Amino acid sequence: MSAAVNPPVAFTQDELGWVSWIEPLPEAELTERHFAGLVDRARAKSEYFRLLVRDPEVLEARTRTDKDIFYNVADGLPRAERELAAAATSRYNGCIYCASVHARFASTYSKRREDVQRLLDEGTGADLGGRWNAVVKASVALAATPIAFGPDNIEALRSAGLDDAEIVDVINGASFFNWANRLMLSLGEPSK
Amino acid sequence: MSTPDIIDMLAGIKPGSALDAIRARRLQARENAQKSYLSLFEPIDAGDFSLLERAAVAAFVTGLHGESPVAAFYREKLAANADGARLVEAIAAEIARGETSGPYGSFPAGPLSVENAAGLIYRMSAEGKSVLGTRLAAALEHAHLLVFRPRDAASADMKALLAAGWSNTGIVTLSQLVAFLSFQARVVSGLRALAAVNA
Repeated sequence: MSAAVNPPVAFTQDELGWVSWIEPLPEAELTERHFAGLVDRARAKSEYFRLLVRDPEVLEARTRTDKDIFYNVADGLPRAERELAAAATSRYNGCIYCASVHARFASTYSKRREDVQRLLDEGTGADLGGRWNAVVKASVALAATPIAFGPDNIEALRSAGLDDAEIVDVINGASFFNWANRLMLSLGEPSK
Repeated sequence: MSTPDIIDMLAGIKPGSALDAIRARRLQARENAQKSYLSLFEPIDAGDFSLLERAAVAAFVTGLHGESPVAAFYREKLAANADGARLVEAIAAEIARGETSGPYGSFPAGPLSVENAAGLIYRMSAEGKSVLGTRLAAALEHAHLLVFRPRDAASADMKALLAAGWSNTGIVTLSQLVAFLSFQARVVSGLRALAAVNA
């Protein structure tokens, strides 16, 4: 178990650290099977990835799912709005670490840092304009348990100008963060 | 790949349909969501988390999301396990006891405390524990935490799992399984909603 950290108590776009509550694998014990799971060898330096690499096959598949949903922008939703879906989901679920990373990305790609900050400060009810409101609301409806996403969300996304391929990107991006949030929240905590 | 694509199957996506074409443009995401499923349910090493335990946790987690093709799929998967059929009824009873709506829970003390929302802290029934055993009882209690109030998770929850016989590696896979199903259930639900609007 890790020693006490300095946990953030509010949502922020600052860069945060993350500390595991259980033992990551030591870097010296990583085998080729583990490096395959890490996908990027540089991730051997990260405590989070050295913890997840205890199950290398799941980590590898999860990482490749993540990369395609967020980085494959040959078509579909602009990167900024995929990151917005990730940040809104993280804000709603309460993952301060994930929200910090993806709010930062949303700001970088949209150049709308103040709107992103209002999402963090006011929560997912913040008024961010029609198109962003529709993306945030759809992400929140998907994150609720039981899942509350339905025809009204699709209609709102269409009214905001999204086609079906872009709506699928919202569904994938928001859904993926229900995976990511639960890993970050269950296995450790953020530190300032 | 011999196993059908689970998301396509559960969302009812037919080859050649509009949604099939959209999913084909994210081939790496589609194939790796499937590989995630396979690595969790057909792992090369189930030493730290047995296939029976995986099926039981999956039936519980997807059942907590409400009745759906996803819940039915994992319930049938548990029933099909050599030792699983005897657990189906006990899991169904625990789903009924654990049903609520989320996310809720507490933030670290500070400005976010005004957003704290109380809700069910699920603990397994004595009857359930006698059927499912200590390890699965601890796993289901942890799964309920992750499904409904992930922001409540604390280092003490890791200690509870370790005390119930879970290894560090088993805890990582358990967390991945609950978190992955949270993703898979939502993708299926979202795609089904989109297909229904277009029907």
